[in-house]
Amino acid sequence: MSAGNGSNTAPVEKVIYDDQIVKMFIYATIFWGAAAFLVGLLAALQLAFWPANMELPWLTFGRIRPLHTNAAIFAFAGNIIFAGMYHSTQRLLKTRNYSDFLSRLHFWGWQLIIVGALITLPLGYTMSKEYAELEWPLDIAIAVVWVVFAVNFFATIAIRRVRHLYVAIWFYIATIITVAVLHIVNSIEIPVAFLKSYPVYAGVQDALVQWWYGHNAVAFFLTTPFLGLMYYYVPKAANRPIYSYKLSIVHFWSLVFIYIWAGPHHLLNSALPDWAQTVGMVFSVMLWAPSWGGMINGLLTLRGAWHKLRTDPIIKFLAVAVTFYGMSTFEGPLLSIKSVNSLAHYTDWIIGHVHGGTLGWNGFLTFGIIYYVVPKLWNNKMWSHRLMNWHFWIGLLGILLYYISMWASGITQGLMWQAINENGQLVYPDFVETVMRIVPLYWVRFSGGALFLTGFVMLIVNVWMTIRHAPKNQKDAVAEAAPLKTDVTAIGQGHRKLEALSLVFTVLLFIAIAIGSIIEIIPTLSIYKYLPSSQKTEPYTPLQLAGRDIYIREGCYVCHSQMIRKLPFDVLRFGPPSTIAESMYDRPFQWGSKRTGPDLARVGGKYPDMWHLRHMINPRDITPNSIMPSYPWLAANKIDYHILRKKFSVMKMLGVPYNEDQVANADIIAEKQAEEIYDDLLSQDPSLTSVKDTEVIAIIAYLQSLGKRTTTEGATTSNR
Amino acid sequence: MNIIFLTLGVSIFIAIVFLAAFIWATGKGQYDDLETPSHRMLLDDYETKTENKQVKEDKDK
Repeated sequence: MSAGNGSNTAPVEKVIYDDQIVKMFIYATIFWGAAAFLVGLLAALQLAFWPANMELPWLTFGRIRPLHTNAAIFAFAGNIIFAGMYHSTQRLLKTRNYSDFLSRLHFWGWQLIIVGALITLPLGYTMSKEYAELEWPLDIAIAVVWVVFAVNFFATIAIRRVRHLYVAIWFYIATIITVAVLHIVNSIEIPVAFLKSYPVYAGVQDALVQWWYGHNAVAFFLTTPFLGLMYYYVPKAANRPIYSYKLSIVHFWSLVFIYIWAGPHHLLNSALPDWAQTVGMVFSVMLWAPSWGGMINGLLTLRGAWHKLRTDPIIKFLAVAVTFYGMSTFEGPLLSIKSVNSLAHYTDWIIGHVHGGTLGWNGFLTFGIIYYVVPKLWNNKMWSHRLMNWHFWIGLLGILLYYISMWASGITQGLMWQAINENGQLVYPDFVETVMRIVPLYWVRFSGGALFLTGFVMLIVNVWMTIRHAPKNQKDAVAEAAPLKTDVTAIGQGHRKLEALSLVFTVLLFIAIAIGSIIEIIPTLSIYKYLPSSQKTEPYTPLQLAGRDIYIREGCYVCHSQMIRKLPFDVLRFGPPSTIAESMYDRPFQWGSKRTGPDLARVGGKYPDMWHLRHMINPRDITPNSIMPSYPWLAANKIDYHILRKKFSVMKMLGVPYNEDQVANADIIAEKQAEEIYDDLLSQDPSLTSVKDTEVIAIIAYLQSLGKRTTTEGATTSNR
Repeated sequence: MNIIFLTLGVSIFIAIVFLAAFIWATGKGQYDDLETPSHRMLLDDYETKTENKQVKEDKDK
């Protein structure tokens, strides 16, 4: 049924939007959101009250925290991104999604990956690279599903009926392209077993690639897609055009071009070469401008509609979300300044910063979008206006409690770690003292999280009741538009022409990102350039490697760093600064990002084996106030010697200088070393026969090697 | 080591191409229409219940 009309020569076509897929993703957002927040609350409780680890391997903090971050980012935020993209793109381009089949393949594929994460992470199958913890089969699945999504999206652009690509679409394009590149580059790994692999990058290279990924996961998963959503839903909800279309263009290009360089700010004062640190710092500070361009554009869209802040809960959620975006992107560059970072790094300040962004910006924008979209999709007014307002205020109070308690906690930690008295000694030499001081704040954080979750429960009830009372026999939304003329030259000049050629646009974007990435990563692939020739590092023994993989499985890196910074107070507390040589065989690197416990880079030889054994089984036997979980199962599980030969052959293939003999006899060598440690323990306590060949022996071997495998031929050399 | 110079060279070449394309687009009037798109996106909703009305309006034109 096409209706011709006078002014437009092309016949008008009827477009039926696929809103079913949007509904599916909205359901998934709400379902996984509840899961992510609940797991986060458990993790918060575990830090405040260690018995909440429950002595169950799959419920300990080290395994629960990655589950929380992955669920919050890829399940909660991921699903709302897809919901919003499928909803807004169809309307902006006046076309139904290219393929309903691909949309559903995308949906179910993504949910299956989340279920896979939900099973494997608590079981300890992890790469230990933050927000990239999933093992190789799931990594491949992510890449495949993402390509399905990309094909569907770009094909939808190709069949569009509106030549001009609205600014939101650009942000979606940037997201799809960059996330694909980031994920693939960071996930290059060699499988050892079905759910175990080693990354091809080692030590500083792995650190740089990981944080190039990690920072850009924030940039291109939690920022650009949400900015795209902001550029669609804020004007829609306020019924105002965006403040400045020009600003949106300028800040889009600058954001995409600058973001990709900022990754090294996660590695300031570390063993990363100084030039790379400085690049990261400078670009992070530069990010201030384009980020605030987006924030200003979003907020000023409400000009002339400010009164709606009083009456419309959707506008409240959206305005506060954009405000939190502004705060987070102010705080981020601040934290990237080396001197500020020396105080804040490894502390809870970073955790607060992240949650200001995720709870405030991503969370509240998501809630605003849900409250905007649900009534439209189900053709029914929200069940309760008052409940939306309650959600808003309780959620906001929750975020503030979270944010402020983590600021206080982080700055307290940072100052206590730094405190040096007039004799040049640490004022708080016992690390646990600095932990005890912040435990009350962990309770405040827990209550903030509980409030945020309470607000979310209100959303669930509200949405549930709205859908229940919605009219039956819903039809998908319909629009009409004329098809595009195929003659590209007839469309006009300049920017419009550029946008019309969306493929060209995509290629340009791809190149912009590639430049940043290649220049930054490739030089560090030849790290030997930076290795002092006087330092020699021994590769791990088979038993140490087995212990290392257990350390990774238990998520020790979540609370313990292995990177002593070049800062006086770090050196006083933990020993000489870590060097690149020390982690040159570390696959994956274990520099860590947070110190809830002390740094372990030089823990080797610091305590006897018996100390470690008792500490692993119950940390409070050794340190009465410790909040570390107990790991009794390590003294019960047997070491898997059999797999060591395979692990060694993969390591050898990756360039670790093992000889054929070591690879062929890896299991025997490991058993022999385990025997030595066991005999030593037994000589001190004859009742310890049960620890023979258990995992705790391997982890002791690993911990005792930390900081011990690198020798400097310095003494004689430096005298000359 | 030579790989660095190769990749740097390629990267800088791509950067120049990219920059040139961007300057070209700007010079050709990239920012010509900065009003319509932001208004147009506000008008694109045709809900199910208004479907018949919209079709009728189009026919009336």
